[in-house]
Amino acid sequence: MPTAGTPPGLTAEALAAFRGERLVFRDLDFALAPGDALVLAGPNGSGKSTLLRLLAGLVRPAAGRLLWGAEDALADLPVHAARVAYVGHQDAVKPGLTAAENLRFAATLTGGAVVDALTTLGLQHLADLPARMLSAGQKRRLALARLALGTAPLWLLDEPTLGLDTASIGRFGTLLAAHRVRGGMVVAATHVPLPLSGTRELRLG
Amino acid sequence: MTRFLAVLGRELRLSFRHGADTLAALLFFLLAASLFPLAIGPAPETLGRIAPGVVWVCALLSALLPLDRLFGADHEDGSLDHLLLSGLPSAALAGAKAAAHWLVTGLPLLLAAGPIAVMLRMPEDAIPTLLLALLPGTLLLSLFGTTGAAIVLGARRGGVLLPLLVLPLTTPVLIFGVAAADAAAGGLSPRPHLLLLGALLAAAVPLCPLAAGAALRGAAE
Repeated sequence: MPTAGTPPGLTAEALAAFRGERLVFRDLDFALAPGDALVLAGPNGSGKSTLLRLLAGLVRPAAGRLLWGAEDALADLPVHAARVAYVGHQDAVKPGLTAAENLRFAATLTGGAVVDALTTLGLQHLADLPARMLSAGQKRRLALARLALGTAPLWLLDEPTLGLDTASIGRFGTLLAAHRVRGGMVVAATHVPLPLSGTRELRLG
Repeated sequence: MTRFLAVLGRELRLSFRHGADTLAALLFFLLAASLFPLAIGPAPETLGRIAPGVVWVCALLSALLPLDRLFGADHEDGSLDHLLLSGLPSAALAGAKAAAHWLVTGLPLLLAAGPIAVMLRMPEDAIPTLLLALLPGTLLLSLFGTTGAAIVLGARRGGVLLPLLVLPLTTPVLIFGVAAADAAAGGLSPRPHLLLLGALLAAAVPLCPLAAGAALRGAAE
């Protein structure tokens, strides 16, 4: 049982969540300190995505508490949203907008330069291409480029490397490492090894 | 406020990029209203008598057209999660969506209503009242429509459910809106009807975004 505290870390106490009518997990405890990376493992349907959405504040916990430092993380959802950068298993890319325009909306909210974020994921030459022309892997990189924009301390990643080529996984690894050096935290659900070192694993299901 | 404007700007940019979808509601309005002279005959006294009702019903139905995609597209591609995580309270997010719906659909309908009323031979002195009533009217349609769209989000056959949910809500708007124009055409004061529309709007502006925001949170779970 981890102790509360270590601000501004993230502590989960006896979390439980429903997906539809089904209880997907219960009595989940873990703590994240700045710089930590937690990998969620478990079979399909074991609640990895639900846990990520819960940590983002999109799903209400059925029981338990989520603490940011010592305060209730989910008490003020707009405030919690500013701490979180979420990449779901969908890319949330608008096909009618160009790659740069897709990032511009995120950039107006979080700050950060669109061009730099695109360069981080090697997409700078595709900036003015409509997103409908991008391949599945390129769309995934565009979704990940949102992470490079802001300074949110908690990254929540759902299968982040799905469809990425080796070079892009390398770039993504660099991005993750830089985030953790700054004191950022990463929670990622995955079935394949991620470009992360010194991770802890939380097994669900 | 910057976040609200950012969401609004995003919605407008997406609407202009998908111009055909945006124009569809306006074209539907023009076409549906043009069918009445063909179906009923061009007699000015008959057309002029039913013109306010025709304009209102056609505007109401046209405003429903884009509602299905108002949240649907964002829900399907995962953008709704990002909108909910934009740091904006979900009610403000729904408010921005309703404002975008009005700017893209309600305002063009309002602008097209004048020419349509003239085409239907509506008494000229009643046309300003018709437009004056359509201003709160289209705003109310956007607010009710946004609420309905948020509530049916994630439901199967949501597109069918949506008009069934929104149309009954809009009946008071229709009644007072048409009554205002009829009163003006009959030489009576349209003031009480316009005030009632204003009262409806004053209630809907805070309540509809709250309900829609709660529905959006529910749909995201």
